[in-house]
Amino acid sequence: MSSLWAELEQFLDEIEKPARYIGGEDGMVEPEHSPEKTSWLLIYPDTYEIGLPNQGLQILYEILNERHDSVAERSYAPWVDMSREMRDRGLPLFSVDTHRSAADFDILAFNLSAELVYTNLLECLDLANVPLYSSNRDSDHPLVIAGGHCTYNPEPFADFIDLAVLGDGEEVVGEISEIFSEWKRNLEPEKNRTQLLEALAELSGVYVPSLYETSFSDGRLVSISPKSKSAAADIVEKRTISDLAEWPYPKNQLVPLTEVVHDRLNVEIFRGCTRGCRFCQAGMITRPVRERPQEQVISMVEKGLKRTGYDEVSLTSLSSADFSGIENVISQVMTQDACSPVSLSLPSLRVDAFTVNTASQMQQARRTGLTFAPEAGTWRLRKVINKLISDEDLFAAVESAYSQGWRRVKLYFLVGLPTETDEDTLGIVNLAKKTLEIGKKYHKNPSVTVSVGGFVPKPDTPFQWFGQNTEEELLRKIYLLRDAAKKVKGLRLKWHDSRATVVEGILSRGDRRLGAVIEKVWKEGGVFQEWSEHFDISIWKNAMEEEGLRIEDFAYRHREETEVLPWDHLSAGLHKDFLWQDWRDALDNLGLEDCRWTPCYDCGACTGYGIEHVVASAVPPAGGSQGTGVLSEHAEINVSIEPANSLKDLQSSGVNE
Amino acid sequence: MKCLRVRYTKLGKVRFVGHRDVARIWERALRKAEIPVLYSQGFSPHPRISFGLALPTGFESEAEYLDIYLDEDFFLKDFNPISINENLSNSLPNGMDVLALGEVETSEDSLQEAVDSCVWQVKIAGVSIEDFEVSREKLISSEIFEIERQRKGKIFIENVRPQVHSITVTGKTAEDFNILTELGTKPRVLRPTDLLRAINPELRTKNVLRKEQIILQEDERFEPLSIRLLPATPVEVLA
Repeated sequence: MSSLWAELEQFLDEIEKPARYIGGEDGMVEPEHSPEKTSWLLIYPDTYEIGLPNQGLQILYEILNERHDSVAERSYAPWVDMSREMRDRGLPLFSVDTHRSAADFDILAFNLSAELVYTNLLECLDLANVPLYSSNRDSDHPLVIAGGHCTYNPEPFADFIDLAVLGDGEEVVGEISEIFSEWKRNLEPEKNRTQLLEALAELSGVYVPSLYETSFSDGRLVSISPKSKSAAADIVEKRTISDLAEWPYPKNQLVPLTEVVHDRLNVEIFRGCTRGCRFCQAGMITRPVRERPQEQVISMVEKGLKRTGYDEVSLTSLSSADFSGIENVISQVMTQDACSPVSLSLPSLRVDAFTVNTASQMQQARRTGLTFAPEAGTWRLRKVINKLISDEDLFAAVESAYSQGWRRVKLYFLVGLPTETDEDTLGIVNLAKKTLEIGKKYHKNPSVTVSVGGFVPKPDTPFQWFGQNTEEELLRKIYLLRDAAKKVKGLRLKWHDSRATVVEGILSRGDRRLGAVIEKVWKEGGVFQEWSEHFDISIWKNAMEEEGLRIEDFAYRHREETEVLPWDHLSAGLHKDFLWQDWRDALDNLGLEDCRWTPCYDCGACTGYGIEHVVASAVPPAGGSQGTGVLSEHAEINVSIEPANSLKDLQSSGVNE
Repeated sequence: MKCLRVRYTKLGKVRFVGHRDVARIWERALRKAEIPVLYSQGFSPHPRISFGLALPTGFESEAEYLDIYLDEDFFLKDFNPISINENLSNSLPNGMDVLALGEVETSEDSLQEAVDSCVWQVKIAGVSIEDFEVSREKLISSEIFEIERQRKGKIFIENVRPQVHSITVTGKTAEDFNILTELGTKPRVLRPTDLLRAINPELRTKNVLRKEQIILQEDERFEPLSIRLLPATPVEVLA
């Protein structure tokens, strides 16, 4: 159980970005391990720069280290130069806190928030010298756990994990520690891993894939159910904490020694979202809305800035301008006594005069980019996806931005949405052109960057039945946009690689048969698939073919109402009939208002768990049109205010200069 | 406007943090220590601090310098070097500690222009002391010592002998030995690793530590803070 540091420091200066591997962050804990304590290694299977800021991981890190019966350290996927060197030297995956070998921990807990990292899960297990398949692990091996949004359909990686946790992790990590500690204490001569897994499966929110069996007929999944009724629940429900105020974490946000994405103080102001954008999985699976009390937000910001020395704070949530009393919070944060200017950023789904005015007030220390996300090019299609923004709303927001000094705005769209026609696609360029015309009133050379992503249908959304656009169709739409944008001065078009969209689509709604595909891709060296320099679709296509699986069946095919979906035995609280009705409404171009301020649609997220929205104000926030019930004339627009150069933004996009 | 010059260390794990990241660490540390640094004007204001010669990532140092520009009021009202020193050290990560600080004239040359040489301690393995001494004698007794250096992607042959002020063996263990060498920084910084590799390609450098940065004025040698902090390093001046 000794530190590997002495071996690591021999060669770190030959490695790219060695600061990724040294730890030493402000807020880091060097916990004292002991046999009575359950030791967790929290792993983010992407680079340090992407993984370090992850709030979920940091929250669990603190909670586990505060408990008397557990300790936690962290690890991130070593970049390819580092993993090569580690294998050459026979060094295992290690924690960055005390540089301890991963295999010395009781639990390896992975945060999975995107499909393309699944091969990195295997890479990390292999580097940790842990058997890839759960079935090949015995009591001497660490328990392998997954959490994060991808666990709402964990079937593609089900064979590699011992269990998945659905939903909020704050409470359940403690419960897992208790059961694990108990199991460790009462070890009989032959340790029984199945007993442990069955005990853990009794916890709400815990899914143990090995206790379930699947059956297929004619290449389709026909059932997925517990092998034995006594050992596992028919349906595993997600965990939800009812009161965010009880969990003011992270209290000591980690401040890294090297630059990372979102390198600023992050304070979560609420969890959940009920705007009901039909493409958005995060908004569906994190319901209901739970606000943090204003005073707690303000105190977390003040303490956080003092402790970290950051001069930028982001009030995070899925739509921060919707927070009750957001204006008060902003003015308190901006007027606090600080010796240097503070900037505030507000990722938000709203765009109106209020939001843009606030943005200009908020960015004292430095101006970052303004991104508006209308998502679709026409009002009709925006009703389909329930993003209720009129053209006029967008133009008002854009006018407000250009008139307040921004010379460049970014617009974000999706292509490949349900019912999309070429008119809708080309509507994207029309909006960009009009945006530029507005900009010309204020600047000689205004510019607009249009970023286009390919739509991937996600589990637990109304679009889970929709057949994704093919690689060729997505590419055709992107070329359509590229040709239309060519002659427009000041318009910069960026797009996501449609081949990566295909792979995301296969994995997003895939089943257990994909485990073998993921393993093959990993064996072929397909790690860091989120990074364009490493992504290679041919490996994926070959692996699918070798396994006798067709991309069409997994990604491009429309699902039927009665079809068994691979995540039917897992519940985010949403009633399947609510989702189906919302899918039919979408096809009828029908929008749906935010239920925070209107009657309940009985989606199931509140009623099923006996919890409610925790919203301080019974009326929608002032200054905007949203929530008024007037859909077609005055509706909301998306805005997010993000640093201009997010690392994540720059990778895996084609750029048309 | 006045300038506060700080001498600090970069030791241990933090040696793997690059120069740009060190600047970010300092910006945060100054805010944490509530030192009212002056800010530049403009669309994107940034704190007015400037660093001395960059230290290659992976090298340690007991002699890093930073100039911090502050309002004169600060020196009149709150200037307490002991508490500033303490607050800053508490705000910096492990391995970065403030050794000394003092006020310097804002009219002085910037740190990068002012410093003429650096004293390095290097731990060496891969060659015997005897072999090393032979190479060292050869280097010292010659007037020209050419090495290949890369600049803007091109390879140049340069005579670096005038930049080698001294080089001495200072201690040894079973596997390795230490040397101390003073190398000139003009016209371009000569890194000890570049010199040593050229002396003997078998040689491996294990730890590199910057001990001092030195300003030469006529015949006198100054530390950029002009304060004696550590025992003067014995150097054999050859050039």
